[in-house]
Amino acid sequence: MFTYYIDLALRSLRRNTVLTALMVLALALGIGASITTLTVLRLLSGDPLPARSAQLYYPQVDPRPALDDPSRARPMPAMSWTDAMNLVNARKARYQAAMALTQAKVMPAKTGERPFFSDAVMTTADFFPMFDVPFRYGSGWSAGEGQARARVVVISDALNRKLFAGANSVGRTLRIRDHDFRIVGVLRPWSPQPRFYAVWLGGRSYGDGDGVFLPLHTAVADKMSPNNLNCFAAGGDLNDLTKAPCIWLGVWVDLPTASQARAYRGFLDNYVHQQIALGRMHRTDVAMPDLMQWMRESHVVPSDVQLQTWLAFGFLLICVVNTVGLLLAKCLKRSQEIGVRRALGASRRAVFAQFMVEASIIGLAGGLLGLLFAELGLWAIRQQPAEYADLAHLDLGMFAFTFVVALVSSLLAGVLPAWRASVLAPAPQLKAS
Amino acid sequence: MNLQVKPIFSALRHHKAGTLLIALQIALTLAIVCNALFIIQQRISLLTRPSGVDEAHLIRVMNGWVGASDKDVGPLMQSDLDTLRRLPGVVDAYATNATPLSGGGWATGMHSKPDGKGKRVQTAIYFSDAHTLDTLGLKLVAGRNFHASEVQGFLPNDTLQPPQIIVTRALADNLFSDGHAVGKVVYLGKKPSTIIGVVARLQVPWVASWASNWEGNSTLVPRQMLTNGTNYVIRVRDGQLQKVLHSAPAALLAADRMRVIPDDQGVVTFEQMRAKAYKSDRGMAILMGVICTVLLAITAAGIVGLTSFWVGQRRKQIGVRRALGATRHDILGYFLTENLLIGIAGVAIGGALAVGMNQWLMHAFEMQRLSWPWIAGGVVVLLLLGQAAVLAPALRASNVPPVVATRSV
Repeated sequence: MFTYYIDLALRSLRRNTVLTALMVLALALGIGASITTLTVLRLLSGDPLPARSAQLYYPQVDPRPALDDPSRARPMPAMSWTDAMNLVNARKARYQAAMALTQAKVMPAKTGERPFFSDAVMTTADFFPMFDVPFRYGSGWSAGEGQARARVVVISDALNRKLFAGANSVGRTLRIRDHDFRIVGVLRPWSPQPRFYAVWLGGRSYGDGDGVFLPLHTAVADKMSPNNLNCFAAGGDLNDLTKAPCIWLGVWVDLPTASQARAYRGFLDNYVHQQIALGRMHRTDVAMPDLMQWMRESHVVPSDVQLQTWLAFGFLLICVVNTVGLLLAKCLKRSQEIGVRRALGASRRAVFAQFMVEASIIGLAGGLLGLLFAELGLWAIRQQPAEYADLAHLDLGMFAFTFVVALVSSLLAGVLPAWRASVLAPAPQLKAS
Repeated sequence: MNLQVKPIFSALRHHKAGTLLIALQIALTLAIVCNALFIIQQRISLLTRPSGVDEAHLIRVMNGWVGASDKDVGPLMQSDLDTLRRLPGVVDAYATNATPLSGGGWATGMHSKPDGKGKRVQTAIYFSDAHTLDTLGLKLVAGRNFHASEVQGFLPNDTLQPPQIIVTRALADNLFSDGHAVGKVVYLGKKPSTIIGVVARLQVPWVASWASNWEGNSTLVPRQMLTNGTNYVIRVRDGQLQKVLHSAPAALLAADRMRVIPDDQGVVTFEQMRAKAYKSDRGMAILMGVICTVLLAITAAGIVGLTSFWVGQRRKQIGVRRALGATRHDILGYFLTENLLIGIAGVAIGGALAVGMNQWLMHAFEMQRLSWPWIAGGVVVLLLLGQAAVLAPALRASNVPPVVATRSV
């Protein structure tokens, strides 16, 4: 019976190719636009560390001078050296690390090659275990090595391939600015999207991972400057960032259970009150968003992308309404045919099923064409200068989702016309002919 | 024309579903098209903001010295500027940390009292010398330019508190309501800076929305940033742009090979910088335009489809009316009026939807309030679109001959 409906549907669609083409095209445009924008939105608002994100927190304090109106206080998006070190050294979490981004000037090993800048993270030892960073060779440095300002470095897979042709380079030397650093670890490809740890630190939010990872204390001793530095009081000495009244470090802590998170929050409040008692701080406002919450608060996803997604789905809605109208017109035009079928014994259910099959064929065709439009749309996005452009690809999930969207929209569009067709009384239709 | 409203209503009552669908489609289309057009207009007004500089005649060269420490940079920069200013086709040149449209630079708070006290105004800092006004083509509306003797070197970790500054009119108006800024004193840190001149307009380096509230607040400081990398801004004579684009980097490299001028974005015109700075805004405007066009086309096609069907279904009735004396004109008027009535219902709902959608966009995306002319414009466009779409089927209906009434059965 089902194949018979398909045959009937195909006949009916062929009878009016212009109308059929119009329905398929409209549906396909709506689906193409929706899937393109949804793919980009999903890509940008994804979870960078699905296994860990729920237990990673970003503590924030407010080191600025006293405020006349305390209700206007808001914790700062990054920390000064003193606060970051106090929190990291307190070791109240399973893992804790402070970090800042910089540009590392990598000097070539061979003469005749040009020096180049590599995106670098200056951080403390826990960075690697806390974020579950995968190593190909070697490992990170120890907390002791970091404190002792050891000249050690971890490099990315990409940099290792560029400099050492992918060989195990642990133990070899990398010259950064004027100092030799010993390579202790080489990462596997690692570039969480969004680059959650870079959000306020002056890096891009999406794209390639960093190339070089240096111990924070060593980098500060070598006077490497952070990409983003915001001073909240005048008169600081920018030559010594460990004392300047400036925020430039992001601190992340790993708190596996809810009770640990509550305890840490209490610790953070205590810390601030203790600092206020010491006269170092003046404001009590603190915050401790988890990873995804921090991504939302920092508006990592460009609002244009969200706007486009909403518009695309509005567009799809109009396309569906349009298809309902056209299907309705088509099916009423065939009242006589329906009357004949009903008179010959077809049940209401059979007529309903027949029209739903017709609608879903339009949906599938629209989905196929929509997939093509989505690929076209994503290709256009990859040509854009946006930092996430290279990542815009249709994955298997979205591929399947396209057809779900197509079928659901076409079936929704088909319900009303099919119902109208199935309740037509056969006798008047037969009489009219 | 005699508006046959009553028979239209009774006919539409037999086509409730179709009528509702067309009205709904018109309403949704109006809501989206109004807001999309409004977004387009906002983006266009954004990307047509003047930067205040003579963009058509300006080139930026990014330069990095190799093997020079910050202390050596002063004389190197001076000799480069001499080289550039002597080039044929060049009007003037200066060295700076940032320019409008470059997207990177120095922003800070300017205060009416020392140590960050008193009134605070956000400003961009442009490192300048006595040639800056001439090079950028800035119009001095009050006060004077820097003297060459006031221009000093500035090492990266120095504290910025120059005794003289030039500000934009927007910044002056923000700081002093009386309109007289020249001679007044402001603070970037502890020490006072005297405003010696006011220029008409100079945009900050950032075009993004976070800087939009103070996009005209710029400060020129008589300092040359002594770091390994600098930007040279060159103003050329009419018609010399292409020539200087090649001769400037060539002359710099000929004077001293120990430098890096990046292949990518190293030498650009301000027109290229503008295109790059506003690329995403332009992209958004184009995308909204495409969406509007396609939406209107789909809605029109839907109206054509449903009306054609109605015409086909009512051939017999049309024939009877014609036989009873209705003119072709009457039939045409009937379908046009019918569409107009559905359209009016649609735009009434759509107008409300558009306002609701705008409210939500204002809340979620910090959009501005949709003004009535936009909705009115959208209403007119959709009603006209409906009339145009219905014209072909309506003409076909008016051509139904009266003899149809006598056929069949």
